[in-house]
Parts: sequence; C-alpha cells; structure tokens
Amino acid sequence: MTNVINQQVSIERLIESHQSTQGALLPLLHAIQDAIGFIPPESVAQIAKGLNLSRAEVHGVITYYHFFRTEKPGKHVVQICRAESCQSCGSEELIQLAEKTLGCKVHHTTANGSVTLEPVYCLGLCASSPAIQVDEKLHAGVTAESLREILTQLEVK
Amino acid sequence: MNAIKVFVPRDSAALAVGADDVAQALNQEAMTRGLSIEIVRNGSRGMFWLETLVEVQTPEGRVAYGPVKAKDVGSLLDAGMLEGKKHVLCLGVTESIPYLAKQERLTFARMGITDPISLSDYEAHDGWLGLRRALSMSGSDIVQALVDSGLRGRGGAAFPAGIKWRTVLGAVAQQKYIVCNADEGDSGTFSDRMTMEGDPYMLIEGMAIAGIAVGATQGYVYIRSEYPHAIRTMSEAIERATVAGYLGSNVCGSGRTFNLEVRKAAGAYVCGEETAMLESVEGKRGVVRAKPPLPALEGLFGQPTVINNVITLASVPLIMAKGANFYRDYGVGRSQGTLPFQLAGNIKHGGLVEKAFGLTLRELLYDFGGGSRSGRPIKAVQVGGPLGAYVPESQWDLPLDYEAYAAVGAVVGHGGIVVHDDTADMAKLARYAMEFCALESCGKCTPCRIGSTRGVEVIDRIRSNQNKDQQVHLLRDLCNTMLNGSLCAMGGMTPFPVLSALNHYPADFGVKVGDDENV
Repeated sequence: MTNVINQQVSIERLIESHQSTQGALLPLLHAIQDAIGFIPPESVAQIAKGLNLSRAEVHGVITYYHFFRTEKPGKHVVQICRAESCQSCGSEELIQLAEKTLGCKVHHTTANGSVTLEPVYCLGLCASSPAIQVDEKLHAGVTAESLREILTQLEVK
Repeated sequence: MNAIKVFVPRDSAALAVGADDVAQALNQEAMTRGLSIEIVRNGSRGMFWLETLVEVQTPEGRVAYGPVKAKDVGSLLDAGMLEGKKHVLCLGVTESIPYLAKQERLTFARMGITDPISLSDYEAHDGWLGLRRALSMSGSDIVQALVDSGLRGRGGAAFPAGIKWRTVLGAVAQQKYIVCNADEGDSGTFSDRMTMEGDPYMLIEGMAIAGIAVGATQGYVYIRSEYPHAIRTMSEAIERATVAGYLGSNVCGSGRTFNLEVRKAAGAYVCGEETAMLESVEGKRGVVRAKPPLPALEGLFGQPTVINNVITLASVPLIMAKGANFYRDYGVGRSQGTLPFQLAGNIKHGGLVEKAFGLTLRELLYDFGGGSRSGRPIKAVQVGGPLGAYVPESQWDLPLDYEAYAAVGAVVGHGGIVVHDDTADMAKLARYAMEFCALESCGKCTPCRIGSTRGVEVIDRIRSNQNKDQQVHLLRDLCNTMLNGSLCAMGGMTPFPVLSALNHYPADFGVKVGDDENV
C-alpha cells in the first residue's frame, strides 16, 4: 500500500517537473520508467490530466513505442539482438538457447521473476555481432558458452 | 617523471568486450608496481575486432595493443608496454595499421584520438574552427558553401543538404528548429553512435552552424533509447559546451543564441523517418506525416525545421573550416565527399572505414574486411540497412556511389554493410524483412500496414511449396504495390531486400532460374 502511494507521489512530482517542457509526454514517460521500472496503467489518467492530454493520447503513446513497459519487468532484463547483422552471426540460435536455459519465451519473464527475455533490433555493435544487453551492460561477440555463463550468473544473483 | 598516457576506449563496442575491466586492471597493476600512468578514455578507432585496443603514448607516436583482455594486463606491463615494446598483442604504431592508414578520415579525423568530452582536446584538434568561421559569414553565404560542397544527406535519402538549409533560411517564422536524426536503427550501422560517443562536440558544432545559418535558436538531438552511452555522452557534452559558451544565448561571444537538447526515442524504428521523428519529438505517436508540407517549411511544432542525420551535421564543421572545394574534391560524380562505411555482420575485420565515394564493395569486403569471419564464402551483402537491397557478387565491383547503386535497384543509404556467408537462407531473410516491416510499420498507410503481413504469409507459402508459381507472382505484385503506394520508405523500400533476394538467389525460394518472369 505504501508502495502504491509512494509511486503516485513520485509520478505526481515528475509530472510537475515536466509541465513546462515542449512535447513533454515522451520525456515524462521515460522519467517515470526510469524511476519505477515501468509505467503503471493506472497512472494514465494522472499523466493525461497533468499534461492536458486525453487518456487516449497517453495510452496511445505508451502502447505505440516498444520501449515502454506497462508491467513490472523481472529483476534483470536480457535483450538479444535479432537484426540482420546479429542474425548473420548466429543470434537466432542464441535466442533459442536463452529460451531453453531460462525456461521462458521472448517477451516473457521467468517463473521466479528473475529474468525478462526480450528481442532488440540493433544495439549498434554490428561489427562485433552477436550482441546482447543485460540490464545496462552490453556484451558483444557473444557465444553459446558466454551466454550460458551470463544467464547462470543472473539466476544466482 | 611525467605520467605515461595510456588510452582505453569508452566506445560502447569496447565496453561490450570489457574495456572498463581493462582500464581497472591497468590502474590497479600500475599502482601495485608503482608506475605512473594517466588513463585517457578515448573514442574508438573503429577497428572493432581489435577492441579493447589499448594505446600507449611513446616518442614514436601512439603504439597499439589489441585485443586486450583484463587478464593480459600483467603480461603487457611485464613486456614493457609502457615503452611501446613488443608483445604478442602489439600492433605497432596505430596510424600505420593498414586498416587505418588506407582510409580517408575527414569527418572521423579525431575519432579515437581525443578524449570525447574534453573541450581542450577538441579545441586542440581543429575544434570550433568551422563555427567561428560561420559566425563571420552571412546565413546565405554559409548555405552557399554547403551547396558548393556537394554534401548530401547521409541518413539515406541523399538529398542535397544545402538546398534543404536554403529552404529553411528563406522561410519567415518567429521560431525555427534544427533537429538531428540520431535514431540510427539500421542493422549494420554505428557511425552515428560512434560520433556521439567519440566526438560529440563535432555534432554540436555542426548543429550550431546550422542554427546560425538558418536563424534557428533551438536544436534537438533525437537519440534512440538503445544507445544509453550515446545519450549520456551527448548530454554531458551539451552541458559542458553550454557552460563554456559554445551554446546558449551568446554563442562564442557573438550575441547569437543556439540551445541544444537531447530527446530520447523509445524503440520505434519508423521514427528514423523524418516526419515520424517530428511527431515523436512533439510527444506523440511516431506516425508518418504526409508531405507536403515539407518539414523545411512546416516541421517541428509547425515551424520551419532543418532535419539532418548525425553524419550530415557532423560533416559541416570541416566543410566550413576547410572550404567547400576541399570536401567536394573527394568522391565521384554527384556523390561528393566521403562516407563512413560500416562493415558488419559475418566479417573478419568489422569496423568503420571512411573513404571517398567510388570504391567498390569488393575492396571493402576483402581489402578492409578480410573476408567472412566464419571463413566460408560470402554469399550476400546487404548494403544500406534493413531497407537496402542484397547485393550479389556480380555487383561487387560497382563503384559505391548513390547513382551507380540506384541504377541497379540498390541503395548506399547510411553506408551500413552487413555480410552473410553461404549458410544464409535468402528466403528466410526476405521473410524477416517483411516481418520487421509488419512489426515496425506506423500503420498510417495500407500498403505498409497490411502489405507487410500479407508478405510474410506469401513468403511462408512459397517456402512451404504451396502453389509456388502463383505465390511468387503474387509476391511481386504485392512488392509493386508497397513500392509505389506507401507513404514513406518503411513500406516503400521493404521490397528492396525482398525482391533482390528473390531475383539474385531464386534457388533459396525453390524457384528455378528462368522460371520466374523477372529473373
């Protein structure tokens, strides 16, 4: 309960700090996601009111962009690049390996909530494909062995 | 004794192979051994197979070692790395490494040499010369210099940058904007990312010149969310440049105003399309706008707006400092200047190769790239990102210039080059192109929104041998509709990879050469 209240207070504060920004919605949504990890659907009305937009506009923007989440992600987020360059170096196999190792499909979170597995379309590390990102940390030239090691470490943590 | 300068890159691609660990190990070992070193976190030289590339300042110049892992640091110091001595990882004087020595680095002249966020480094390496020169010129003279340089938009569309600027200069409005498109979503491209992480002041200077030229006082850099390091470095550089008076209300003491702000994108590929990007900067869904009106007349918040790619704007300071002729003398035909090509995918020596237009793909693939990384024959090369054509071996000797590529239905685009070896299934890659379009379509126009989904289905039927001849015919018809009926390049160019795969690699679709009417 306190969590929910804290969340509302922090969202309210972020809304206030963005009210004078031109084209404020994306910067605000980023700020909310940075602060609490996702954008709670129940905050849509609050955001809409704060920026003088309709709820439909806010909902439309949140759901349009792949980056914004409306659910709490796992403790760690593993993103595996599946764009052409990484495909040419075996990223499809890495995705299959990750799904098998974690026991969950892409776009899903493991049952224990430790890892969310996602595809990503280019991390700009194409000269050292395949590339993945684990939370904030980038890894290039990933092999089956190194991926297994990275995932095992995440599950231990 | 002065501390010995040791360079450890801070580029994402170096961080992704453990550059921070290398820097930390160097610090620790030096401390333990009582050695006096100064670690500089430079940008990357762009030879990514050698990352982490550690360089040491010696009387003979900078000596390179790579690829260095943290565990190598002890043996490197034992061997006398700090005096530039031999080691199995020693690559000699950096500037003499053939991959670098053979390039024509104009825009990337400082890349990997300087500390990206050091203003004094930038100043000492010809920084701000272009901006200072521009401040002494009239807007129309700046624009004329840009027209004369022959610089064309490096984002992909290759529209003459000077003409765009002239339109904005001529527009009458209270407020004008400069928007830098740093939504570098194409697979196989990273020159924008390298610029923002490795030489951010160059982009800032280019944008400031654009603002001064056309009378815009506010600029935005729209950077993709997948580039957290670029966002951080650009933001820090903007802050430092503002404090130092290169940005703000009195640019270099001229009394002119130019403010700059980073806007973080949110993972929509189509926002690399200029009008979708404007919508996104305005805080809306990144849906493509119909043109006209041109963004140069009615762009961001309805005001006249210059929209250019990172490399376009980053090329401007040099053109202003050294003159239009200097730049124009590089290149061929109407493709003037240089392009930072990006060698990626299944390639042995992947990295950044800045060369004048006119070299061939074969030179890039073999003289620079050293062939495939897997050691297998190269089968197909996608040039110009996910919307670029697959270029077969028969076309690898064409000069890389906009017109020569357009003549064979291909594009140079943003200069991204993705290599596939002979294990690639071109029908699968064609399907992926349609799938990606379906995923990323903004949904505004029907050919793109519906066509991409139908495209996946048709290719699936071809691959599973259902009514193949009819389905191939249908795929061509669908591609024709998307090509001619889409609102922007997303739907309009997805047929490029699809049709080039079908035309040049019919066997992968189970189509015999000669069976299909257009092969």
